[in-house]
Amino acid sequence: MAEPPLLTLAGVHTHIGRYHILHGVDLAVAAGEVSVLLGRNGAGKTTTLRSIMGLWRVSRGAIDFAGQPIAARATPDIARLGIAYVPENMGVFSGLTVAENFRLATPSGRFEPQRLAQVMRAFPVLEQKWQVRAGTLSGGQKQMLAIGRAIIAERRLLIIDEPSKGLAPVMVGQLLDALLALKRARTTILLVEQNFFLARALGDRVAVMDDGRIVHTGTMAALAEDVALQSRLLGLSLESHQ
Amino acid sequence: MRPRDPLPYLVLPALALAALAVMSFPAWLTLTVAGIAMGCMLFLAASGLTLIFGLMDVLNFAHGGFVTLGAFIAVSVVVTWAPAIGGVALVALAVLAAAVAGALLGLVFERVLIRRVAGAPLRQILITMGGAIILQQALIVLWGAEPLPLPRPENLRGSVIFAGAALERYRLAVIGVGVVVFAALALTLKRTRLGLLVRAAVENREMVESLGFHVDRLFRLVFAAGTALAALGGVVWALHAEMVTADLGADITILLFITVIIGGLGSVGGCFLAALLVGLADNYVGFLAPKLALGTDILLMLIVLLWRPRGLLPVAEP
Repeated sequence: MAEPPLLTLAGVHTHIGRYHILHGVDLAVAAGEVSVLLGRNGAGKTTTLRSIMGLWRVSRGAIDFAGQPIAARATPDIARLGIAYVPENMGVFSGLTVAENFRLATPSGRFEPQRLAQVMRAFPVLEQKWQVRAGTLSGGQKQMLAIGRAIIAERRLLIIDEPSKGLAPVMVGQLLDALLALKRARTTILLVEQNFFLARALGDRVAVMDDGRIVHTGTMAALAEDVALQSRLLGLSLESHQ
Repeated sequence: MRPRDPLPYLVLPALALAALAVMSFPAWLTLTVAGIAMGCMLFLAASGLTLIFGLMDVLNFAHGGFVTLGAFIAVSVVVTWAPAIGGVALVALAVLAAAVAGALLGLVFERVLIRRVAGAPLRQILITMGGAIILQQALIVLWGAEPLPLPRPENLRGSVIFAGAALERYRLAVIGVGVVVFAALALTLKRTRLGLLVRAAVENREMVESLGFHVDRLFRLVFAAGTALAALGGVVWALHAEMVTADLGADITILLFITVIIGGLGSVGGCFLAALLVGLADNYVGFLAPKLALGTDILLMLIVLLWRPRGLLPVAEP
């Protein structure tokens, strides 16, 4: 029997103020896979991630993580179930040092040496900047810090919102290497990404959003091979964006 | 680590040296000690205000009420225990009682008023102003509207002569308390996990919650610590004046706001620096140009904000 998904969203509606943003999102994230959420700007991708984290309250529908309903839970309680969230703005604490940023993400304030070594291998530049104020890092370095911080303690699910946004191509390459290493380690990731090259390289499964709904789900391989489907889904989105 | 901008830290020595150039050394020393002592008193009362704003984005206009509460609690402690305990021990007991009362009432205030208006700045201003009025009237009901005496213990009276200058013992003690409280706050913020969480939550509450920490619980703790500090500041102010009135907190509220704005809202280091700056400027100007004394604080705030619109040592932006 197939393993049940680690995370499921069923008929999720979210309002922000008087705006109805999500119109019944259905999504499943399988354990050990990278699921990519694609869609135009304003399609509801970030709202979906924030709804999972409890940062926006779900007005209707269910969100289950590892078999537990989490839609009504507070954000800290959701995070403590083993979900790490890397927001679009990276959420780096500029006034704290790199070390302090990492320390905050550990349950007790102490590092597990093996894990720390693994993160530093993935992002060696952060070791050199260990005592540097995070606000002085470049955009790419901040993104590495944000992702490194998300994996410094054991997590069951990483939620990453547009990690390549605003990064120079060389930094995107480094980021891809680091995310591929996580994929090889069978880390469960829910990734929102506008860069289709990055999404294609990482994704096992894909869901495409438009106007607050999931309009397509399938394997990334199928979408990558089917130019007509790409054109229909992403072209449709681009047209509606214009 | 990237060195901090040294300019804000040079303002104090520059001001002190400029004052030294236009007055005798004994007068300068007396005024400088008085200014630093006033700065420490301001810091004790204002540090809670800046902490609460920094973490909670709440400008608590009732903060002065907690200063008054501390002063009245000190009166009650002194009246009750003076025959049995004397001297500095009695002051220490008064400070402890005031801080505990300030923290407990702060928890109630946060629960009853602040939590209802989270994220609504205009309503916060209105409700904390209303809270200030209620608190002041409640204190009048409990302790009366007449000024109450609060004499300093004998060993905190009088002066010591140093380098030809008369330095009040009480002011020297206040400087000691102010420096100890600042060091304790700075160390807590810099070296402890609680401090790390507070600094992080000041910058980005949502991200701290996404890392698994209940910031609302942290808020309550910080609010209680802030009101406890205000009450502690009230004891120190009242012992300075040797008298307590129900207007004590309201009278210094504007000065407390000026201090935290000059320092950079939310910044404890900035609050300490700004408090010293206000204290020194008030004393020097009061001596050199008494007619300007009333406008010194506003003028100082204007100059600092024109130079640094976010204050001397602003907290980092996310």
